[in-house]
Amino acid sequence: MKISAFHLMPHRELPADFERRYESVWVTPPWWELADARRVGQYYNWTLDELSYAAKCGFDGVCTNEHHQNAYGFMPSPNLMGSVLARATNGTNVAIVQMGATLPTSNPPLRVAEEYAMLDCISGGRLVAGLPLGSPMDVNLCYGITPMEHRERYREAFALTLKAWQAREIFSWNGRYFQLATVNLWPRPIQEPHPPVWVPGSGSISTFDFAVEHDVCYCFLSYSGARSAKTMMDAYWRVVAEKGRDLNPYRAGFLQLVVVAENDARAEEKFAGHVEYFYHKCLHVPGVWFSPPGNQDYRSLVATMANPVRRAENPKNLRYRDFVEKGYVIAGSPATVRDRLKEEVINGLHVGNLMVLLQIGSMPHELALENIELFGREVLPGLRDFWDDAGWVNHWWPERLRQPAAPVAAGLAAGGA
Amino acid sequence: MTAHVQTSRVSETQERTVSVWQDRVRIRVLSKGRGPALVFFHGPWGLTWDPFLDELAQSFSVLAPAHPGTTPDAHDDIYHLDGLWDLVLCYDELLEALGIRDAAFVGHSFGGMVACELAAAYPDRARRLALIAPLGFWRDPDRIINWMLLEPGELRRQIFRDPECDAARRMFPRSDEQDSSATAARVRMVWAMGTTGKFIWPIPDKGLKKRIHRVKAPTLLVWGKEDRLVPPVYADEFVGRLSDARVQTVADTGHAPHLEQPATVARTVREFLSQ
Repeated sequence: MKISAFHLMPHRELPADFERRYESVWVTPPWWELADARRVGQYYNWTLDELSYAAKCGFDGVCTNEHHQNAYGFMPSPNLMGSVLARATNGTNVAIVQMGATLPTSNPPLRVAEEYAMLDCISGGRLVAGLPLGSPMDVNLCYGITPMEHRERYREAFALTLKAWQAREIFSWNGRYFQLATVNLWPRPIQEPHPPVWVPGSGSISTFDFAVEHDVCYCFLSYSGARSAKTMMDAYWRVVAEKGRDLNPYRAGFLQLVVVAENDARAEEKFAGHVEYFYHKCLHVPGVWFSPPGNQDYRSLVATMANPVRRAENPKNLRYRDFVEKGYVIAGSPATVRDRLKEEVINGLHVGNLMVLLQIGSMPHELALENIELFGREVLPGLRDFWDDAGWVNHWWPERLRQPAAPVAAGLAAGGA
Repeated sequence: MTAHVQTSRVSETQERTVSVWQDRVRIRVLSKGRGPALVFFHGPWGLTWDPFLDELAQSFSVLAPAHPGTTPDAHDDIYHLDGLWDLVLCYDELLEALGIRDAAFVGHSFGGMVACELAAAYPDRARRLALIAPLGFWRDPDRIINWMLLEPGELRRQIFRDPECDAARRMFPRSDEQDSSATAARVRMVWAMGTTGKFIWPIPDKGLKKRIHRVKAPTLLVWGKEDRLVPPVYADEFVGRLSDARVQTVADTGHAPHLEQPATVARTVREFLSQ
């Protein structure tokens, strides 16, 4: 297993009536009413501290991601965060997992190829190159990309990026969306032929096809837990098999929200409010924004309309115990958390690259550190060797980091970030 | 240019599919009526033959093409067009294939913008222009609501002054029971918004202001007095730039006056086009 700490960098102090007072957490939340730049500077530094701490607590990787104009998670440039983390973790075996810079909003997308190459150079070849399509809110609503061109732009940018990393000769790119007469990337990444590529998605069939065709790791970024992801991930593995690829669990990544405490009751006491804050406020977005007309191709549109994959359950009607019971959040004692992760996520979905979200919603810094520390100390060691006996190679992890990590030095305590 | 014409007959309305753009874009054209040629360009919610077109067909030979991508079984054809210029050229090819040298152009909303663009690119093709709440301009103080981001119920309230009128019921069939025709209607509407949206996202001002001076045709602008999507103030943008244009507002209608009051709007348009 490779287990990475994921962070969204959310607004941690939205007003109690946020979801009733405002249209959306994304695109339209008014900055001047809701945020303060000095306070937000503190959030960024807490985020960096929490991820650096995870690196010290034995996690295999640290993940950042890109979103725009929102209070749900506002790292508009994940590579700024990633470069701080790359520098801070030099000398360790922790991967810098960029989940990552969004290709369709970077123009030209070579900018992503360049920055990732920089990160790979700075980190000494520890980069995992996430190449996401970006959410419709970010790409279509905030950055003005036509929904119908979103996927086409992505595919072209993806091909350009891969070629720019590897080409031995200077080349010209005469594309539909990008035209560049002289492509000659400086710098190139350390990892050859290129850093491992992960493609995050939220269950779209065309993204499955794309990931399998390009032999990359597909990461299902779900907030609804493994149970509701089962149908989707089973469909993914069917596509893998149909296209003649092996069933290497490292072809799949999954994001899971986790809170861990001394025992189940303590977990509820410490984390219930923060979990509810996340689902009630941080995901407060009008449903239709997730799929503006044209964003889905015709085939997917018909499939979605005729048979919605899951009748969207409104998380605003759910409380902490529902989220835990349904597996949206895996919560409780280290043993509870370990067993559920093993059974529902790792084995249940056949996943080799697990990402865990440990700072959730309004969770304050100290509590986030406790969650990270306890997970690293009591949960992570029990999961790490899950796939070892099967003999799979994680081709989607930096080659020099593929060996299991050394045990963490004893005595590392919460608050030591 | 190659073009294939197939004809079939559905009740009184003729239906044929024309291939243009090196046979990569198939366009279904509905037609009816006798008289001088009139080409109707539909709005962002797809083409249906409605009472307004029936009224026009009493005086004109009405031809109503479906915007690229909205013809049944030709959904992916939209991916062969990259922008507005491609779309305008496509329609020039369509007129050529239909054997129409010039005609009256009528367009609604997005279709009004297309009709105007076509008349600017090929001034001799448009004899007269009747534009119903056309897009094409942007005023910061009068932002046009992006209908592509509205839930169906809200969209219905934005398009129609009276969201319970017959036309609104036809456009938004009840979907509370498991009804496949309602689902199909919703798919058609979403896809029509996506394909037309390709040419106007995220702001429906794609440079008409640089080209509209080329229009020679006398122009009638029809606007619903209670248009909530594209406020009637946008008529000024057209009138100020066209040498021969006038505005007719229609009381008690929203963004689709020709659907809410087909007889009134058809009469106004017919009179103007017959002058």
